[in-house]
Amino acid sequence: MTDTQVSDPGLYDYAPWRERPRLEWPGGKSCAVWVAPNLEFYELDPPANPHRKSWGRPHPDVVGYSHRDHANRVSHWRMADVMSKHGFPGSVSLSVALCDHIPEVVDDAAQRGWEFFSHGIYNTRYSYGMDEAQERAIIEDSIATVKRATGQTIRGWLAPALTHTPRTLDLIAEYGLDYTCDLYHDDQPTDIRVASGRLTAIPYSLEVNDHYGFFIYNMSPREYADTLIRQFERLASEGEKSGTVMCIPLHSYLIGQPHRIGPFEEVLRHIAADGRAWIARAGEIVDSYRAQTGEAA
Amino acid sequence: MTLDPSYLEYSMRRRGMDHDSYPYSALPTRPPLRWPGERLLLIWPVISLEYFPMVPSDLPFRAPGHMQTAYPDYRHYTAREYGTRIGIYRLLDAFEAVGARISVACNAAIAQRYPALIQDILAGGHEIIAHATDMNAAIASNMPAGAEAAIIGEAIETLHSLTGQRPRGWLSIARSQSFETPQLLAEAGIEYMCDWVNDELPYTFATPAGSIVNIPLNHELSDRQIINVQQQSVDSYALQIEDAAAWLLAEAATGGGRMLPMHLTPYIMGLPYRIDAFDRLVERLAALPAAGFATGSDILDAWKAQQ
Repeated sequence: MTDTQVSDPGLYDYAPWRERPRLEWPGGKSCAVWVAPNLEFYELDPPANPHRKSWGRPHPDVVGYSHRDHANRVSHWRMADVMSKHGFPGSVSLSVALCDHIPEVVDDAAQRGWEFFSHGIYNTRYSYGMDEAQERAIIEDSIATVKRATGQTIRGWLAPALTHTPRTLDLIAEYGLDYTCDLYHDDQPTDIRVASGRLTAIPYSLEVNDHYGFFIYNMSPREYADTLIRQFERLASEGEKSGTVMCIPLHSYLIGQPHRIGPFEEVLRHIAADGRAWIARAGEIVDSYRAQTGEAA
Repeated sequence: MTLDPSYLEYSMRRRGMDHDSYPYSALPTRPPLRWPGERLLLIWPVISLEYFPMVPSDLPFRAPGHMQTAYPDYRHYTAREYGTRIGIYRLLDAFEAVGARISVACNAAIAQRYPALIQDILAGGHEIIAHATDMNAAIASNMPAGAEAAIIGEAIETLHSLTGQRPRGWLSIARSQSFETPQLLAEAGIEYMCDWVNDELPYTFATPAGSIVNIPLNHELSDRQIINVQQQSVDSYALQIEDAAAWLLAEAATGGGRMLPMHLTPYIMGLPYRIDAFDRLVERLAALPAAGFATGSDILDAWKAQQ
């Protein structure tokens, strides 16, 4: 990268957890819960990015590729059915090329009333090393592709495979996107300093992401389910003072495996029955936050 | 370092997959399968029988479970041999106690070195499928020309001559293939491979030498993944397998026959402190209504008859 590197990105002001202004979610709910399925396409033989390898093995990485392909053939459908059954819409982190490759999955999500935001073109193409024109190209591609495939105008961004440049946040705000899922500093939405426009960081999660649960913390399916319930219980309790946000980021090729989907269904049953959860899409949470905080939060 | 403009070109961005090996297919859209005997769930155990030479070859990569210390690595060499002396018999006993016939993915070196074990596997009515020559025979696309075909040919011919049967199935070490592997397997007369984990039912895989069937051997449900990699207990393993069986049985009631692969490693599952829990798991699985054990060939034949 040729950009100047800074120690403090200056994204937001410090805000202590005590004495926060009160946020209230619709219906008097204390915790806004959103589910973020990653609907992705990984390439079998992608070009190399000098800053990050796509696959651990020489191409074809059969297990790496085919594990992720399980999502589109089998486990998306299993995960989505469980979500619909318990009343959870998805806010989709989308590899937008999936619209071209496998519109069946994108159409299914759209018909379920899910919201789409961009997760790049492919999860095997990284932003590291992109110049401004290249980064504009993938943002414009994302907006146009999702609009064409679903009629929706994307409002959010989760960087492809979490790869950023120092320009990303300014650029997506300039293009009118409302939220980023790439910042992990808070349990409430936060407005981010950008060059133009307004950009809100919505709490996503690495810690309770199914990938972290199963491949960083090596949890069993039931341990992961218990983790999600504990996460919800604490956030719903603290949210009585000022509303919190809980995101459940998923990859169907992980959560939709036959040994995991049953325990996960119990999590959704628990949260839906609790009464303190505002089960919402990402855009609705950002809208509610902005309605309560005014123009310049 | 800036990116070449070609990094934003997507030559395979098109309808369907980014290769021609198989078309996209959503499992719920397929006609329901019916397994023999009106069973809804076929449980497919595959035991890997592995011989680890004490001098590892790292070309193209070192197989999972291979040597780890400076030479001589007696501890890993002998701990793996424990599996082929004792662990395998505990696993065979567990399955034979419930009358199950299963698949064994066998390095050719095991058949050469331990003919008594091969005779016991065959006497139990189990299926032997090919699993390379030994644990130095991993495959990947950065191998010298001809090396991969030599491994495949030698593995199959050795098993054929020592078991009297030509193996119908193939499992690659670490499920690792080159772009040529499916074609080489088809040319060698292999009917099914177990390497691709993108589905939960068999499907057809196209190669320039004709098609081969892939029967997905779920790596996430393997004892290696759950017990060795994720460091969970055998009790947790058993619960996960039973949770999977329960979910798949429920799905099968409306969606058609399902399969539950159980990939097993004798030196992992066949230890004294784990095997009692495993024995009881096999007993409970055997008692499930509408489920039954099967070999890969059983599944292949039942699936093919409905295509």
